[in-house]
Amino acid sequence: MSPRHLHPGLNHPRSPEAEQAEVGSSVFGFWIFLMSDALVFALLFAVYGTQVHATGSGPHPAQVVNLPSALLQTGLLLASSYTFGLASLALKFKAERPGLASAWLCVTLLLGLAFLGAEVHDLVDLYQRGAAPQRSGFLSALHTLVCMHGLHVATGCLWLLVMLVQIRVMGLASEVTSRLMRLALFWHFLDIIWVGIFTVVYLQGARL
Amino acid sequence: MSDLHGWLLGRLSWDALPFYSAIATVAAGVLVAGVLAAVLFIAATRRWGYLWREWLTSLDHKRIGVMYVVLALVMLVRGVIEGVLLRTQQAVAINNPGFLPPEHFSQLFTTHGTIMIFFMAMPFLTGLINIVVPLQIGARDVRFALLNAISLWLTVAGAGLVMISLVLGRFSTGGWSGYPPYTEPPYQTGVGPDYWIWALTLSSIGATLTGINFATTLYKERAPGMAFMRLPLFAWTALCTSILMIFAMPPLTVATLLLALDRYLGFHFFSNTDGGNLMNYINLFWLFGHPEVYILVLPSFGIFSEVFPTFSAKRLYGYTSLVLATLAITVLSFTVWLHHFFTMGQSAGVNAAFGIATMLIAIPTGVKIYDWMLTMFRGRVRLTVPLIYASLFLMLFVVGGLTGMTLATPPVDFQLHNTTYLVAHFHNMLIPGTLFGLLAGYTYWFPKVFGFRLNEHWGRVAAVCFGLGFLLAFMPLYLLGAAGMPRRLSVIHQSAFAPALWVAEAGAVLLFAAVASLVVQLIVSIRQRDHTRAPLGDPWNGRTLEWASPSPPPAYNFAVLPAVHDRDAFMWLKEQGQAYRAVVQPAPINMPRNTPVALFIGAASFVAAFGLVWHIGWAALGGVLAAVACVVVRSFNRHTHQTVSSAELAAEHNRWVAAVQAAEAVNRDLELDPRNRGRAEPTL
Repeated sequence: MSPRHLHPGLNHPRSPEAEQAEVGSSVFGFWIFLMSDALVFALLFAVYGTQVHATGSGPHPAQVVNLPSALLQTGLLLASSYTFGLASLALKFKAERPGLASAWLCVTLLLGLAFLGAEVHDLVDLYQRGAAPQRSGFLSALHTLVCMHGLHVATGCLWLLVMLVQIRVMGLASEVTSRLMRLALFWHFLDIIWVGIFTVVYLQGARL
Repeated sequence: MSDLHGWLLGRLSWDALPFYSAIATVAAGVLVAGVLAAVLFIAATRRWGYLWREWLTSLDHKRIGVMYVVLALVMLVRGVIEGVLLRTQQAVAINNPGFLPPEHFSQLFTTHGTIMIFFMAMPFLTGLINIVVPLQIGARDVRFALLNAISLWLTVAGAGLVMISLVLGRFSTGGWSGYPPYTEPPYQTGVGPDYWIWALTLSSIGATLTGINFATTLYKERAPGMAFMRLPLFAWTALCTSILMIFAMPPLTVATLLLALDRYLGFHFFSNTDGGNLMNYINLFWLFGHPEVYILVLPSFGIFSEVFPTFSAKRLYGYTSLVLATLAITVLSFTVWLHHFFTMGQSAGVNAAFGIATMLIAIPTGVKIYDWMLTMFRGRVRLTVPLIYASLFLMLFVVGGLTGMTLATPPVDFQLHNTTYLVAHFHNMLIPGTLFGLLAGYTYWFPKVFGFRLNEHWGRVAAVCFGLGFLLAFMPLYLLGAAGMPRRLSVIHQSAFAPALWVAEAGAVLLFAAVASLVVQLIVSIRQRDHTRAPLGDPWNGRTLEWASPSPPPAYNFAVLPAVHDRDAFMWLKEQGQAYRAVVQPAPINMPRNTPVALFIGAASFVAAFGLVWHIGWAALGGVLAAVACVVVRSFNRHTHQTVSSAELAAEHNRWVAAVQAAEAVNRDLELDPRNRGRAEPTL
């Protein structure tokens, strides 16, 4: 395989060169999509930044931030990224045992669902304490930013579920591994966004 | 009963029908009659199967491109009629109410702007990029063929929303930029802004996906030897436009979605109370809006860069400078958004910085103008329709650029903002800049797509009507704006404005005549196509690879990928005697099969958006779920491609090569003659 077909991310060099090139182009396209998606988050961060003091008659950031719960969510999501990494390694080096990759992907899915559960619990709690998004510009921005990330994680979970079925039905065919590579990028990308949210919304918010 | 009605139909009721103004009723009637006529025509000629197999389910980039252009031309007709209505109202409503109620007038300027930007210019340029770019770079298809079709059908779904708003409910009265708080619930409770929000959301998502697709295609799918500095200029501008779409459409998506959250769920992003901040919307919108100007104009610059050399029979002058200028414009376009709201409270220092950044864009643009003029200098210039548009553009665009300089000066802008001077300025950029370029491209590439040329006579009539109509319609607006006439007035209380408004009205009528000429041209061209056929593929003595294939090209474009040795790749092949070579045993090609999935996703998105507009929960949710289900189900389909065999490729290719070699090569004097079958004499 010629090195020019390598792309950023974990390459799977078993397939023929033409297929490699095709997978490389697809992964390249997905990087571009992530760039565009990152911009959506950048803009939501910017809107949050301008509205963080726009609390109106509602609560201030320090009154709504639940730091222990946010820390737990961070742990769950970072752990899920780690297990996805193990799944990727299993795909590359233990391709003869697709069950191993599937097992790590299942763990990833469970961690992702646990993250979503904790997040929804937090948001419901906020709602019950009168910190609904309709209360102030600050709360609108906070809920939108967090929910946009949550929506992405939920999409990732659905995608993971579909891929688990596809591994069973199709085995580790080229289109399956290619999709898994892109899903891995998506999953790690959401991790990075979350680190931003944890820093900007939770750590900063606890002091405002 | 009312509960059931609310559940089934949301806010939809008899009141939604357009009986509030005679013109709205007529417009709805014309739309319904037009759709019925189209359906009956297809049924009578039994073309449903053909339409389904060859077009609606096609993933061929050329077919998708044609469907984009058809959408654009239909929307152009509606947009121009609305423009004429607006001009007529202003001409007659001097010290009297005129014939359009103010609310309907506001709807019309909103739909006119929304349609012309998002559903005329955007589909038109996307269509031409679709048709031409893969051919120009020697590719067999775009990188993501299905995604390409999804982009198309999302755009069509958005356009469908704007069209159906003629029949059901009323459109927004908040202008094409939809500024809150006026587009928020306390001021517009109806469905108008919701139609606007979801139409734009669908089309902006479609455009983002198009950008991703074409950037990937241009980076990854170029033929062997097609280095970046050998890319045709149109491909360069397509790349820059794609990059702009990737970065500039998300701000629009975010702006419309946040506005939707305000409207539907009572959030406080842009409201007047509880910490809302409308400046966030203004910034988000113009973070999109200014790069959008260059999304619209760069492809036209690319088209002119193809048209000038071809119809001057010369190499493009200053290729490198044109590439650098295009890149400079791409980068600078993100640094000037604030000039759209100099008057909204920034400090003088901030305004000065953005004013200077704005003026800087004139430098690369000026470079381009000189390059194009020098391309014509001492060339063998043929004043055919594309070159008429290009020449009109050269003269008129400079005027628009100069008035842009005045508006970029903040103190002057304080006098001119929100006057008809601004209206004249941006029409001056978008009609000669964007529309003339797109029409030049339409005329230039038409024979490539359909195998016959467009009628020259009616094309010239249309071009001259467009040029004169533009001058008459918009030059008076500069004067009126400088004299202090605000934009978007439905009634005018200043008799002194009347003469200039009537001149503008005459211009609007000429512009309408221009569009009518385009329709006549198309009909005449189809009826007389036996006199203008050019199936051999090269009617204009083209320089780039799209002409190195028969017209229309096969689905796979090239039986063997062309090798590129020069910037004017096809001209080089012709000069070296290497064009039109038979092939022996080409490698088989894998091409995507047709699929209705993209069409289903578009239809589901339309249902979802319509449900959101009218608060019909089951439609909104069902549409979204159906679209997601389409994607999931499709991902299990492993028979998405089919192989074109080597023998089939060789037979088709060699038949074409034999036809070319048997044909008489015509010189440029016979360019418009029936003898021009698409083989050009290699020298002047």
